[in-house]
Amino acid sequence: MALVKLWQKVTLQERDRVHLSGEPIVEVSRVSMRYDGVVALEDVSFAVKAGERIAIVGPNGAGKSTLLRIIAGVLTPTTGSVRIYGRGPGGHLCIAYIPQRNQVDWNFPLTVADVVMMGRIGKMGLLRHPGPRDWAMVRRALEQVGMADLADRPIRALSGGQQQRMFIARALAQEAELLLMDEPFTGLDRPAQEGILEILEHLRRQGVTILLATHDLEQAASHFDRVLLLNRRLIAFGPPDAVFTPEALRAAYGGHLRLVPVEGELVAVGDTCCEGG
Amino acid sequence: MGEALRVLLDPLQYAFMVRGLIAAVVTGGLCALVGTYVVLRGMAFFGDALAHSILPGLALGYLLGGGSRDALFWWGLGTAILAALGIGALSRGGRLKEDTAIGVLFAGAMALGVVLISTSRSYAVDLTHLLFGDVLGVGEGDLIRLGIFAALIFAVVVLFYKELLVISFDPVLAVTLRLPTRLFENLLLLLIAATVVVALQTVGVALMVAMLVTPAATAYLLTRRLPAMMALAVALAALSSVVGLYASYYAGVASGAAIVLTATVVFLVVRLAPISRGSSRA
Repeated sequence: MALVKLWQKVTLQERDRVHLSGEPIVEVSRVSMRYDGVVALEDVSFAVKAGERIAIVGPNGAGKSTLLRIIAGVLTPTTGSVRIYGRGPGGHLCIAYIPQRNQVDWNFPLTVADVVMMGRIGKMGLLRHPGPRDWAMVRRALEQVGMADLADRPIRALSGGQQQRMFIARALAQEAELLLMDEPFTGLDRPAQEGILEILEHLRRQGVTILLATHDLEQAASHFDRVLLLNRRLIAFGPPDAVFTPEALRAAYGGHLRLVPVEGELVAVGDTCCEGG
Repeated sequence: MGEALRVLLDPLQYAFMVRGLIAAVVTGGLCALVGTYVVLRGMAFFGDALAHSILPGLALGYLLGGGSRDALFWWGLGTAILAALGIGALSRGGRLKEDTAIGVLFAGAMALGVVLISTSRSYAVDLTHLLFGDVLGVGEGDLIRLGIFAALIFAVVVLFYKELLVISFDPVLAVTLRLPTRLFENLLLLLIAATVVVALQTVGVALMVAMLVTPAATAYLLTRRLPAMMALAVALAALSSVVGLYASYYAGVASGAAIVLTATVVFLVVRLAPISRGSSRA
């Protein structure tokens, strides 16, 4: 038992040391992905600094989910590589992936606390059960997303915004440093979206890096440090005002984006957004 | 009061009834425990197919082992493990939809089993036992083996509770937590396979899926957390086994079918009653 503890201590220190080495937290190099000959991503390269908030925008089928899953280490790219702090994603416990809400079975007999506790499993190890420290972390994570009073609520009784906040709490319990969110705003009303954005603001102060896929270009422009415009290829990557140019938007969306001139500026009033894109 | 007690105690004077009751309760509980995952993951068809695809293995065991129960069990277990992992691999990568592939294989396997058994002289009786079980024919050796396997399966479900839960609820999370996902997927398939084989003597191949699914489905309607669902499923299965076996004793009907029918009635009562969580779902 003592040996196991020692080993965990050694490996964790190793991980911390790697994390402090000043490399970009995410480095995507020439990643391409093909499913059965269909190209989902083509030669995508970019790097993200620790603590940045990145919005990934693009039409349905642009490869947003695929890209997030490759960064999470859930999918292996056909060619190219992903480095998280200089190493492959498979060696990291610090990456949290939050799925689209419609990909979750909300009728599973679980409470909010049960789901958040799942974030601790990677650190617990086999044949271990949650200890006081794990429960404390779950409680603190729920407090941070304002759901401490809903810990015992069955997940099927949650609203859309609460579902997202529960998953953010799970990422916190996981002690994630890199948060990958797949269209968390889809299907949420404005107040719920604002609530999530507020939590993301808190996370930034804690140094959590966020990559978030969204259809909401306005939010992408107003709440994120950089925007990654994707349509299988990387069209543009940079600060919102540099990315949201008519040329880049047309290149990404073709005719599927309505651009309306307002006071001499082009404003996108909506993309091809729908559930599950 | 005395009359009721007599009704309860009367069958217990027969050793085969006592053994049958123990076997039915243990297998019922075991099936319900593992069946919780079958229900939550939507694997009912897999469970049904798995049970049926054991038939050719059982037939071979029967023909080669001269009717010995031990031979039947081990041949059954071997076939079940092969079938479970085979179906698992099939469902992961393939151009056919999973249920189509399973349907093709399981009907084929079943046909092969029937063909093999039909070469035996006592074809009808043997086939009936394999298809519908023979819980009143359970011997002491069977009970010991049942106990050992039940304890093993129970231990695995408890020891790997959190891992099996995560791969069932959120396989992507399991990957980002760097759990050996494929290993646990296969472990779950093996658990279901072993459970099916262990329970074979009680309900047989044809009704197996009911033992896996029905009590767990009833418990699903009534509970909010997985441990409660598991506990209630096991309790309901044990209860159905006892009631079904007594009904079969007094009414002189097939025991495996009586157990399944009891569990089905319990499910229907809960489903139609206004108290179930299903009717108040948000």
